Amino acid sequence: MAEKILEVKDLKTYFYVNDGELRAVDGLTYSVEKGQCVAIVGESACGKSVSALSIMRLIPYPPGIIVGGEILFDGKDILKLSEIEMRHIRGNRIAMVFQEPTTSLNPVLNIKRQLTETLEIHRGMKGVRARDEAVNLLKLVGIPNPERRINDYPYQFSGGMQQRIMIAMALSCNPALLIADEPTTSVDVTVQAQLLEVINNLRTQFGTSVIIITHNLGVVARYADTVQVMYAGRLVEGGKTDDIYSQPKHPYTIGLIASVPRLDMPRKGALNTIEGLPPNLAKLSKNVCAFNNRCKYAIDKCKNERPELIEVGPGHVAACFRSAEIKQLTEAG
Amino acid sequence: MVSDGHLVEVSSLKMYFPVLAGLFRRKVANVKAIDNVSFYIKNGETLGLVGESGCGKTTTGRCILQLYKPTAGTVLFEGTDLTKLPPNTLRHARRNMQLIFQDPYASLDPRQTAGDIVGEPLLIHNLAHGKAYRERIDEIFAMVDLEKRMEERYPHEFSGGQRQRIGIARALAAEPKFIVCDEPVSALDVSIQAQVIRLLERLKEELHLTYLFIAHDLSVVRYISDRVAVMYLGKIMEITGSDELYKNPLHPYTQALLSAVPIPNPTVDRQRKRILLSGDVPSPMNPPKGCHFNPRCRLTRDICKEQEPELKDIGGEHFVACHLIS
Repeated sequence: MAEKILEVKDLKTYFYVNDGELRAVDGLTYSVEKGQCVAIVGESACGKSVSALSIMRLIPYPPGIIVGGEILFDGKDILKLSEIEMRHIRGNRIAMVFQEPTTSLNPVLNIKRQLTETLEIHRGMKGVRARDEAVNLLKLVGIPNPERRINDYPYQFSGGMQQRIMIAMALSCNPALLIADEPTTSVDVTVQAQLLEVINNLRTQFGTSVIIITHNLGVVARYADTVQVMYAGRLVEGGKTDDIYSQPKHPYTIGLIASVPRLDMPRKGALNTIEGLPPNLAKLSKNVCAFNNRCKYAIDKCKNERPELIEVGPGHVAACFRSAEIKQLTEAG
Repeated sequence: MVSDGHLVEVSSLKMYFPVLAGLFRRKVANVKAIDNVSFYIKNGETLGLVGESGCGKTTTGRCILQLYKPTAGTVLFEGTDLTKLPPNTLRHARRNMQLIFQDPYASLDPRQTAGDIVGEPLLIHNLAHGKAYRERIDEIFAMVDLEKRMEERYPHEFSGGQRQRIGIARALAAEPKFIVCDEPVSALDVSIQAQVIRLLERLKEELHLTYLFIAHDLSVVRYISDRVAVMYLGKIMEITGSDELYKNPLHPYTQALLSAVPIPNPTVDRQRKRILLSGDVPSPMNPPKGCHFNPRCRLTRDICKEQEPELKDIGGEHFVACHLIS
């Protein structure tokens, strides 16, 4: 087995709000091997972004706090590091690309200033050297005319180009791990294809490990090695990409795959839906399966006990009491 | 020209937005949002309209509804030219055509209750009063699977999917024949998106509606539409049946667009050939000469840079605007 760059163990990030304790991430465990691409998939508010921010230690306190668990990066628990030690890792060894490039870039600084800042802080580069390196980075992510465009301001770039700049910025210190939080949600499909290709090229070129967070199962099918499906703050299924798509074991994963209209499938009537809405996390009991009210196959046990992750195949886990019989159940309708 | 069974007919539609500059706000240029677009929508069908952002798909929808006054061209609705109607008559005609918006957060008045929002078209068009008004609202709420007790709530108390249902309910209130759905599911989560698509499908069957379904997600558009029109930079590049579009896309842009859509199945997706488009969409203020797609097209020839291709019928209701297809 390849070396692990990141191991998240039983991570718990809670928010204390008016409604009480909100368990945004509640016992999340997964790992990323060196050079691997891991996809974290789930709907809004399932805790996928919070789990990424926890790795970066960027959870706003108050109201949020990491109450338990371990995050081992290169074998060291980054939750135990001081803020100063963490600064040497954040943006340097672990970098992040955010969802909205328009709001993540500083509108009053030009691209050169924003790119050279990280180079100066983490790599000690100055002046012309930093500028040349910044131009190289822009070339790497495919921005035409980098020498001239480096003096431009964010508003002079399109959304797709801005996201490329974000990726260039994240790569400036040659990170061991790149976390991309919904990197393609606000762009067109053609641009999405370009961006994913950029990220994937960099992974093969520099051996960077990548975590892609997304709500669209289609986006990750081609690139991810493993897929982790989250629901209501917990992992409901995880495993190799091919296993997840060809033999999903959790009813939520099955529903999620079936809810996406597919280009290569016959039209009409093929679309299945998951009825109902995700639960309110602040009111969710610890002793139920969070998915039980939307699940077609829920039994009494699902309403009285929380299923834990069990192994359902080699390297394939699912948190469902009925995962062993789920194939027969779905075939029966 | 009025053909049988065509509910909407758009011919040579142009919508230019002036760019004003200087002290006297003189017109210095035009943004050609729609540049000579013609198509028709048959009674009872769903026509999908896809394209990248800024290609003019929303403007097309709004021009049909006369929310923008088109620069040139005609829009026939049941044989009447909407562009020539006086405001008063247009107001009555509008009852038959409604719009569902993209952003369920911005398109509902935060200070009106859900019931009032849905009921407003009834009052505007003088369709129901008093007891009948309340009953009609109950009826519409039931149609979109919202509970009666939700009528008294305000928009902020609803989730995104529920708000979109209120938006749909409002569009249905005046019993329209034609609805322009402008990216109705783009802002929603996958599972909620599927629920709303199913709802739109069911309503179409029950109420015999005709849709213009605008979206950038090709897989959603193909799923819900009978025919699909592909737009690029203010022009229609290809129109054909949904299945034909996937099996036999002829325009290089359609091919690239299709290949960029991921398929949620790793084995299938890895085997597909990908055509990556380089660069961004050019500015509609200064579109390229000849075919608008020529700077990004992998098959560009000399003629493409000189002459604009016409949208031609190549048989079987398959229209393509490309010099390479004859």
